[in-house]
Amino acid sequence: MTILPHSQRNHTGWPWLRQISALLLFVLCSAPWFPAGAAEAVLKKASLMPLWSPQAQFAGYYVALDKGIYARHGIDLKILKAGPGYSPAQTLQEGKADFAVLWLTTALQRRSAGVKLVNLAQIIQRSSMMLIAKKSSGIKTVKDMSGRKVGMWGGELSIPPRALLDRYGVKVREVPQSHTINLFLRGGIDLTSAMWYNEYHVMLNAGLDPDELQLFPLHELGMQYPEDGIYTLEKTLHNDPALARAFVAASLEGWRYAFAHPDETLDIVIKYMREAQVPANRVHQKWMLERMQDLIMYDVPQGLPGQLKQQDYEGVGRALRATGLIRSYPDYATFSGRSNAR
Amino acid sequence: MPGKSSIVVRLVFVITLCCSSIFAAALGYNYYRSRQILEQELENNARNLAMSLVHRVETELVAVAKVTEGVARSLETGRYSEQELLALIRATVEKNPEIYGSTVAFEPYAFSRSTRLYAPYFYREKGSIAFSRLEKAYQHVPYLYWDWYQIPRELGKREWSEPYFDEGAGNISMSTCSVPFYDAANGTRRLKGVVTADISLDSLTKLISSTRILKTGYAALLSRNGMLLAHPLKDAVMNETFFSIAEERKDPSLRELGKKMIRGESGFILYTSLVGVRSWMYYTPIRSTGWTLAVVFPEVELLENVRRLSMTMAAMGLVGILVLTAAVVSIASSITKPLRSLAAATHVLASGNFDLDLPPIRTKDEVGLLTHDFQMMKESLKEYIRDLTETTAAKERIQSELKVATDIQASLLPRLFPAFPDRPEFDIFASMDPAKEVGGDFYDFFFIDEHNLCFLIADVAGKGVPAALYMMVAKTLLKSEGQRLGEPDQILGYVNNVLASDNDSCMFATVFCGILDVRTGEVRFANAGHNPPLLIESRRIRYLDLKPGFVLGPLQDMAYTAERLILQPGDTLFMYTDGVTEATNSADELYGEEQLLQALQRVPDQELTDMVHYIRGEITRHANGAPQSDDVTMIAIKYRGMQDDRKG
Repeated sequence: MTILPHSQRNHTGWPWLRQISALLLFVLCSAPWFPAGAAEAVLKKASLMPLWSPQAQFAGYYVALDKGIYARHGIDLKILKAGPGYSPAQTLQEGKADFAVLWLTTALQRRSAGVKLVNLAQIIQRSSMMLIAKKSSGIKTVKDMSGRKVGMWGGELSIPPRALLDRYGVKVREVPQSHTINLFLRGGIDLTSAMWYNEYHVMLNAGLDPDELQLFPLHELGMQYPEDGIYTLEKTLHNDPALARAFVAASLEGWRYAFAHPDETLDIVIKYMREAQVPANRVHQKWMLERMQDLIMYDVPQGLPGQLKQQDYEGVGRALRATGLIRSYPDYATFSGRSNAR
Repeated sequence: MPGKSSIVVRLVFVITLCCSSIFAAALGYNYYRSRQILEQELENNARNLAMSLVHRVETELVAVAKVTEGVARSLETGRYSEQELLALIRATVEKNPEIYGSTVAFEPYAFSRSTRLYAPYFYREKGSIAFSRLEKAYQHVPYLYWDWYQIPRELGKREWSEPYFDEGAGNISMSTCSVPFYDAANGTRRLKGVVTADISLDSLTKLISSTRILKTGYAALLSRNGMLLAHPLKDAVMNETFFSIAEERKDPSLRELGKKMIRGESGFILYTSLVGVRSWMYYTPIRSTGWTLAVVFPEVELLENVRRLSMTMAAMGLVGILVLTAAVVSIASSITKPLRSLAAATHVLASGNFDLDLPPIRTKDEVGLLTHDFQMMKESLKEYIRDLTETTAAKERIQSELKVATDIQASLLPRLFPAFPDRPEFDIFASMDPAKEVGGDFYDFFFIDEHNLCFLIADVAGKGVPAALYMMVAKTLLKSEGQRLGEPDQILGYVNNVLASDNDSCMFATVFCGILDVRTGEVRFANAGHNPPLLIESRRIRYLDLKPGFVLGPLQDMAYTAERLILQPGDTLFMYTDGVTEATNSADELYGEEQLLQALQRVPDQELTDMVHYIRGEITRHANGAPQSDDVTMIAIKYRGMQDDRKG
């Protein structure tokens, strides 16, 4: 088990020094060790950075790791620590992770900023993000949000709600929000950013009833933004396309396994959560896993998940360009890493 | 053998059942009332306990809040150099043992134009005061975005944070009291920063977790979001909320309860606690933080004393009922034992053994009375049977004597056939089958002189000895007078007068009397109420049309008519008593005169012996097993005519 050390208090040293020492520590701790049956091939080392700390949102990857599916595909995978303050896009860009889970909107924004990343698989097929207000606030439509305080997550996660507000031409007071819902619960903000599979359910588990909440799901407001996808850099794909293919295949297999064995999957996810010392609530993870199934299997062709549909891609690209959030977007083939295959 | 229907069983069953029901009702009511009283008491106790805990927690929280407010106000009113600020924060932590750490976190550039973020933090570590800078300590998320900073900033008022793990700075689970402070320079009120004081969640929950309630009861603490802060379910603390547990257990009532708690209500309820035990809970809010404190009393333990008392009472009751049952059994047995032995004795009695001694009478109750009556009955029965035995013996003696009498009577009738072998002029044959007892039928024939044969058939009314005696008298009289008088009408008249004088018993007899002159075949005859004889001639058979004549015996001075007929050789005169015509079968159908006539038509030329036997057989066949109720008597005379003429 490798957990990066927490910041040393009273340590006013340089961040890069800490990171190097962390990397060293990580390399030392993760000396290659093979299960007896996997000795016939040398496994390729690879790393994945999810969007957030361990939770059922990434059940497929943890299950594939825990059940040896990556190893079976010839990969010795390491899932990197993530969570508040970690940026998988940044980490991928810096080459500190081979693969990352990113939102399509994030990836397009980075691409527009010049980062050559490619989409290997689109896991979540539709937007699951929502803005939530309390019914008592009197906000019933997007127009009602005008001038209200809206909680926004930092970084790329604020792209979809901003795009929504731009589209409706609504000006709001943005308040940066952390990963808790307390600011919203206490009335510090009128609207909060929330994921259907996470914060919405946390609210229910903090004693708010569905009928007390006014939901604004982006998906129902014409924002067809697929979220989690698996990304890598063009050069990584170039160097070892087989590895990328194997990684995607193993990840999708992990997801299929997770949906087929929900209880075992929850055990695995909660194990990783405890290792990462994040609060683990089984009911919440169960909800999240069920929602992930809804989102991953949403409108997939021939029941095969993981495909980025061209019209979805074009739609998001056009919408972001229209709101001025990006300047341009590459064609579908380039973005999905198929141009060099031809 | 006391079976299901025995008195003892019924008595025991009913009495025990009634007592058990009464006792159970009393016990149940007692239990119920005790429970109610206990629950009323409990509510007060629970409230007091909860309130004392709340008070202790509140005292601490209020103190911390006051200190924090104080620091904020002094920062608003005074000007502090960095040195003085650090000293102030340090003193705040040092002087207030309940405060774990404290910071003054500034808005960007609010502390100085040159530094964007500034938040000096003093906190306790291993018994001394440690220092760090939050703008550096928080690696990933700047302090500006932490709840403890954001919420009071947005709300503009003091706020206790939802408990959290302060990763990077305090590195413990804590709740933070934050007070925003403002700069009122140049007329506008601008937020300058937030003063905080942390309290360690552990030190707070220790008090609550260490509260002992009965054996397995507990006190629990919930946050404003329903998060478990102190609870025996250690794994759930800081992981689970009341609502997530409700969802996991699919228990909407638990969710409702959770909502009441986070709304800041108080209440006393019976519910299934999170540890799965039926419990009473009193919950009440901690006002300053909006948390909820609950004290939980497992119902089982609460009611243990009541239950134990009830159990003791139940045991006593059970013993009592057992004793009562035993008593009932013994009383019932003492009542029914003599009854049973009496029953056994009477059973023997019923089988006819009267020499058995009945159980001795010990009591004067009904059983004693019954035994006494049985004793009497036994004696009477014995007496009666003795009499009966004697009577029966006497009766049997009489019976045997009657049998003898019957035999004698039968022997009185001429039985030897052919009766007159030296007289070829006629044949005669007679038979009498007596009924069970001595009968009243008789017949007779005798010569009154050389050529005249007197013959008669008679039936004495009634049965038994009187009839037999009467018959003897009548027979003797008829014979003696027949020989003396020689004419049928005179014979009957004379005998009637003899019989009718001092005939108190009103006996009577029917008689057909005839005299055959064997030389001519002429028959002179008279009838005293007897059945008409049949005349069998060569071409036809007919009943004689008799002049009516009164029976012998009841009245004196009766006149009888003499009639005559001539028998041709070969003719037969067939006489009988009503035993023949009135023979009945089981359906009470009489044999009747018509059938007799037809039967004789079938055997007109038979020998007399065969003819009589045939008719006897016919009657037996007709009776078809029905008992013979009357004597069956027949006499037949066949006239053959004078043999000498044919010789001569």
